[in-house]
Amino acid sequence: MKNLTTSGRWATFVDHDITYSFLHSPTTIIASIITILMFVAAFGAPILTSFTPFDPGSLELTDAFLPPVWESGGIEKHFLGTDGQGRDILAAIMYGTQISLVVGLLSVLLSMGIGVPLGIIAGYFGGWVDTAIMRFADIQLTIPPILIALMIDGVTRTSMSSELHEVIAIPVLIVSIGIASWPQYARITRSGAMVERRKDFVAAAKLIQTPTSLILLRHILPNVIGPTLIVATIGVAVAIIIEATLSFLGVGVPPTTPSLGTLIRIGNSFLFSGEWWITFFPAFTLVILVLSVNLIGDWLRDTFNPKLR
Amino acid sequence: MVSFVIKRLFQSAIVMLAVALISFFLFNFVGDPISNMVGQETTVEDRAELRERLGLNEPFLYQFGRFVGHALQGDFGISYRLQRPVEDLIAERMPATLELVFVSAILAIVFGVVGGLFTGLKKDHWASKLIMTTSLVGVSLPTFVIGILLIYIFAVKVHWLPSFGRGEVVDIGGWTTGLLTVSGWKAIILPAITLALYQTTLILRIIRSEMLEVMRADFIKFARARGLKRRDINYGHALKNTLIPVITVTGLQIGSLIAFSIITETVFQWPGMGSLFIQAVQFADIPIMSAYLVLVAFFFVVINLTVDLLYFVVDPRLRADVKG
Amino acid sequence: MAVLDISNLCIEFPTRRGVLSAVEDLTLSIEAGEILGIVGESGAGKSLTGNAIVGLLEPPGHVTEGVILLNGRDITHLPESEMRKIRGAQIGVIFQDPLTSLDPLYTIGQQLTQTILTHKKMSNAQAKAWAIELLNEVGIPAPERRFDAFPHEFSGGMRQRVVIALALCCDPCLIIADEPTTALDVSVQAQIIALLKRLSREKGVATMLVTHDMGVIAEAADRVAVIYSGRLAEIGDVRSVIDAPKHPYTKGLMDSIPQIGQNLKILPNIVGAMPRLDARPDGCAFNPRCSKAKFICHQQAAPLIEAGSVGQRAACWVYEGGEKYV
Repeated sequence: MKNLTTSGRWATFVDHDITYSFLHSPTTIIASIITILMFVAAFGAPILTSFTPFDPGSLELTDAFLPPVWESGGIEKHFLGTDGQGRDILAAIMYGTQISLVVGLLSVLLSMGIGVPLGIIAGYFGGWVDTAIMRFADIQLTIPPILIALMIDGVTRTSMSSELHEVIAIPVLIVSIGIASWPQYARITRSGAMVERRKDFVAAAKLIQTPTSLILLRHILPNVIGPTLIVATIGVAVAIIIEATLSFLGVGVPPTTPSLGTLIRIGNSFLFSGEWWITFFPAFTLVILVLSVNLIGDWLRDTFNPKLR
Repeated sequence: MVSFVIKRLFQSAIVMLAVALISFFLFNFVGDPISNMVGQETTVEDRAELRERLGLNEPFLYQFGRFVGHALQGDFGISYRLQRPVEDLIAERMPATLELVFVSAILAIVFGVVGGLFTGLKKDHWASKLIMTTSLVGVSLPTFVIGILLIYIFAVKVHWLPSFGRGEVVDIGGWTTGLLTVSGWKAIILPAITLALYQTTLILRIIRSEMLEVMRADFIKFARARGLKRRDINYGHALKNTLIPVITVTGLQIGSLIAFSIITETVFQWPGMGSLFIQAVQFADIPIMSAYLVLVAFFFVVINLTVDLLYFVVDPRLRADVKG
Repeated sequence: MAVLDISNLCIEFPTRRGVLSAVEDLTLSIEAGEILGIVGESGAGKSLTGNAIVGLLEPPGHVTEGVILLNGRDITHLPESEMRKIRGAQIGVIFQDPLTSLDPLYTIGQQLTQTILTHKKMSNAQAKAWAIELLNEVGIPAPERRFDAFPHEFSGGMRQRVVIALALCCDPCLIIADEPTTALDVSVQAQIIALLKRLSREKGVATMLVTHDMGVIAEAADRVAVIYSGRLAEIGDVRSVIDAPKHPYTKGLMDSIPQIGQNLKILPNIVGAMPRLDARPDGCAFNPRCSKAKFICHQQAAPLIEAGSVGQRAACWVYEGGEKYV
């Protein structure tokens, strides 16, 4: 066997299996770069673009329905064209992506916040606690998250005035999606916790009378969180899709602060009259964003835990 | 076997009761049902009288019992917005949704199973890699984006297929079907593909990963060591052993088709239950929402029961467990 | 003519860190009616050798050199379609875990008749009769009744008997038993070994018994081959190898088996561990753990050299030019 002659920390890092797998997966590298760029564009929007697409005062109706710059009639100021109210499409996409990402990330955090503790408790204690939690999760799992989110949204819409609803629409959306997807996190942490609770270090911790809460927090949680995070990566992609779908259906983010889904909904009505760019670019951005996150999630799953599904 | 079925039926009844309870809460406690039914000018006395007449002052359990009793007879009240009995509205629209779901389910199962088997058995074939990459794109494409794309290509650009509606329908004893006319078939193609695509990729991926896992199993290695024919190993032993997880997932996916039809129906203006429901959500039409919830839960329960019964057909170990 | 004749077999695994040679220059043969034990630590290459014979090496592993003769016929690089007809017909294979070797969804009768009908032209009724006879032969009580039972309805030992019946379906001339007793209770182990011995004697089957358990070898084998890190360390008659091992590794192995009646304070062991395939030293792979290692041992691996009783050979330089070492 030939020994590797390169030395130093960098070489060890590069030679590591995970780094190796990453560096030899061009799709994963591209997906990561795209994801990072999208984050930068979304959260850097106020600095990166001078347009404020959702301030009605700044819009000029004379600029309405401008096509992208490379089509005849397009102007450089509006690179991807404008919509029916003269909003710059590129800027709208940047702000829209920001909303999509915020909703996606926060709702996954909420799902984990509910699912992980319940899963650990179910797995660690077993018995009727386990049965109760998992039965509930099973029942909820049979109903698609999008339907649950629709229901929650519909209920809040009914029980409050439309002005108030518009203000809290985004938090409601986050809560709806978050509640709708917790069972899968509970399932995966539960199976992890069931394995961990039989380990010797847990027995040792019990022996020295460590409080149960501390055992769960210090010993069980760190050992079950890994697979959960991999599932969460794909969960972000799913949450972004759910958000976009709800917004497209007109029950998600209101048009005053549109997300990608809202933009697609607005643009959809112009599709038949030929202004394809109003809906195409937000849709394209959404697909690329979700695809990139999915690709990263897929790679993480294959690399760290081939058996996980 | 019989005791298992009875146990499952009992569990299903409990699930349905729980859903009915949620539905009942929606109906009675979200917003004020009285102000949803009457106009602004109605006097306080009239409201109180209506409240009394509707039985809203009676004890909770009594009200819930009556709600369940009515629901069992298919009575879900009057739509706030359309001022018509909810059961009539749903009965009118159910055929459209069920036909769409039926055609999509067949598409999803056929393409999902064939694709999953191929990619699972020939995982290093170039076509498998192409299918897997495409399927990841498929998972990343939201249903409504697929719908818009298909409409743009096949309806706006080339004018081959209609972009909305069911086409001509034929009424057979109260069931309107679009599957007996050419225009009906043309109209169902795009929505059915849209609805089926996501489920196809999911079924494909689960079959593939189950096949890959089973192909590593000892009994497959032993079957090969006994010189069994490749076809017998692949379809007789490997495929049959993947059936249980595959049946579970496929069952759930068919259930999801009913829920996902909400999106497809909106995009294609398909006159089904889904578009009825989404309008109900937008206009806070509670009776329709609660009826839809109960109905969808009912479909899910039926599908889950079917899946459980199919387990018995496939797995001898389960039959033994129940006997003992 | 030996039933199985392997000469100079090499198996390699290309990996991203270079080519690993898992089995090197392996030569051995098994006669009809003989049981050859193959013993070694896990990862030494014993199971790979068995898999290579029946053409079931997991890719990317493959045979790079050497010849495998079955009754004089070269089967080393047969195409899969040809190899399939040999597996199950001329060579029967038994795996370690009877719990997972049988398809849970079919009755054992279905699995037996399927195997029989794959290789033999028979009617279904004949195949069933033959299957029941096989079950009877491997010692399954009431075989007619058990024919329609599913694998989960059998105990571990009974399942291993079914597995053996499946391996015997078409009167093979060679049986490769890969750790056939490892997953079983000790009392059941002895029964399975007795069964294998009886079949070998009565039917004249050549048996390759792969195991890491010296006790099983001592009980069942006629001859034994000791493999260390992909190479044959020692081969010979089972009594000679156990009573008078010649290779330093075999000696260490024998010393570390506790004997009943022996009163030892410390059980001797071999210092260190078998090297990983990618970290094998130059020369003899055992040299880092060998107290007798000399200059040449670090340069070149020794060939098999006659040592001790007739037919006993050890791959150790100390026997070069006559026996010197103990």
